[in-house]
Amino acid sequence: MNLRRVSTITLIQLLLIGNTLLILYPMAMMGLSAFKSTREIFRNPFGLPEVWSLANFFRVWEQTNFSLYFRNSVVVTVGAVVLILVLGVMASYALARYKFRGNELLYLFFLSGLMLPLKLAVIPLFIQLKAMGLTNSHLGLIFIYAAEGLPSAVFILTGFLRTLPQDLENAARIDGASEPQILWSVMLPLIRPALVIVGIYNLVPVWNDFFFPLVFLQRESLKTLPLGLTVFMGQYSTDWAILYAGLTIAALPVIVLYVLLSRQFIAGLTAGAIK
Amino acid sequence: MAAPRRSALAGPKRFRLGPRAGRTLWLAALLVPPAVFFLVFEIIPMASALVYSLYRWEGIGRGEFAGLYNFRRVLFEQPFQAWTINAFWNNVVVFLTLMVVQNGTALFLALLLGANPRGTRFYQVVFFLPVTLALVLVGFQWRLFLNPLVGIVNKTLTAVGLESLAQPWLGQESTALFTIIFVNAWRWMGFPIIVFLAAIRSIPQDYFEAARLDGASEWSVARHITWPLIAPAVTIIVILTFIGSFNWFDLPYVMAGLDGPPGRSTDVLALYFYRTAFGEVSGGLQDFGRGSALAVLLFLFVLVVSVIWVRILRRREVELT
Repeated sequence: MNLRRVSTITLIQLLLIGNTLLILYPMAMMGLSAFKSTREIFRNPFGLPEVWSLANFFRVWEQTNFSLYFRNSVVVTVGAVVLILVLGVMASYALARYKFRGNELLYLFFLSGLMLPLKLAVIPLFIQLKAMGLTNSHLGLIFIYAAEGLPSAVFILTGFLRTLPQDLENAARIDGASEPQILWSVMLPLIRPALVIVGIYNLVPVWNDFFFPLVFLQRESLKTLPLGLTVFMGQYSTDWAILYAGLTIAALPVIVLYVLLSRQFIAGLTAGAIK
Repeated sequence: MAAPRRSALAGPKRFRLGPRAGRTLWLAALLVPPAVFFLVFEIIPMASALVYSLYRWEGIGRGEFAGLYNFRRVLFEQPFQAWTINAFWNNVVVFLTLMVVQNGTALFLALLLGANPRGTRFYQVVFFLPVTLALVLVGFQWRLFLNPLVGIVNKTLTAVGLESLAQPWLGQESTALFTIIFVNAWRWMGFPIIVFLAAIRSIPQDYFEAARLDGASEWSVARHITWPLIAPAVTIIVILTFIGSFNWFDLPYVMAGLDGPPGRSTDVLALYFYRTAFGEVSGGLQDFGRGSALAVLLFLFVLVVSVIWVRILRRREVELT
């Protein structure tokens, strides 16, 4: 029995290690190539770089629009996530903690968005945002992402807020706290884990989104990282050293954040699919 | 409306009710901004998409009411019909291949991880890593790897003596779509792995122990205990894969191109929709009418099939007691 068990364990480990390599090997190839010159990439694709030079990274950062794309992505992502959290907390707090006529209906109104893929409404959105002067603007994009993210935020936060005991508010009210004070200093600190889930659930897809910037941002100075990458890849199509350095720089912040917060990332990004 | 001010002496119960007007005002302040915002940027555009599909459009200017004219064109008029059908079948291929390659492998790996081998936590983190990367980034990364002359895929094949397999993966109709599907599986596989694994872990350990005591093989444990009990997770993954397959856009756009090259072998409905609405690469015509009709059809198709599918899949889900 022991021999069989040992060989089963070995087989399982081999399969898992195989898949690990399948994932990490391409990532390592991208990172290593970023240190090489284009000639070296072609001549010696698999080996370690002859010199560990950061020159490619400096070229990408200083001579291309990369840092601009980066800043734009930060502005849009932070703006969208903050707006989702603010609107999401407002709506779900009222829906979860107060009884009033139409409560259930309003809840379903927000949740209907879970079934509505906003991408397919891109034509009316385009006409509407153009009329509002919000095409070629970060604010327009932020509004779209906030509308997209609101249903899941309301769903997650309402579910979480409903589990908090009523005594908390009652005690605060007896102490003379006003309603806004109760929300701000009693409830918000308690729902912090849910806020993190909602934040990550939206942060990663918004940071990575390509479709809406493609439709709404034509001006180079406004482009976000995924859209900017298409410009960059076209511009330097033969300069592979630069391309690999660019891709590595684009991937790095997400990878670092992910390694630091992997538990939250995995929980946040699978929030809709795991009960 | 202003209710009389209550003194603090009135007791906790009455104080909680508070002045009615103040409560209404507070609720309105909380609810009106998100509701109006959601109405303007989600509900109205979605409803307009339906309305727009019923009008004639000159480029991006709306003309007169045209009934089902746009729908007739994309479904029955050439060359639009041929494009629609071609893109639709490619989406079907994407879905079916992902179900087998991506989700099948994911289930297998999740079963391995479900046995809690040493390093499970590490494997989970590694397998999920690509899910956090932008599809655009992954697409470009693999386009460099897949370069027929200098990419590492063909160079690796040559290095291990499989030179005959080296080919222009993205440049020929027979392999382009499947190559992009495999890259999709590489990027997404971690997601179904985590979902399946969570489902496997929620099964009480006694079930497995009892079965093993009875001498059941690992295969029959997986077949008769794990598989039926993770049915809800399977339902979710099938539906999400279905929706994702029919909204497939970033990867084919980045790895092949807006026109679905080579030929139209990588063309899918979302690319075709985008092209119709916002113009071809070569500055072709824009038609918001046909574009809206395609969007409505795609939405209805995905919605109806998802609902039917959920019903069918739910039936085989067993309640855990």
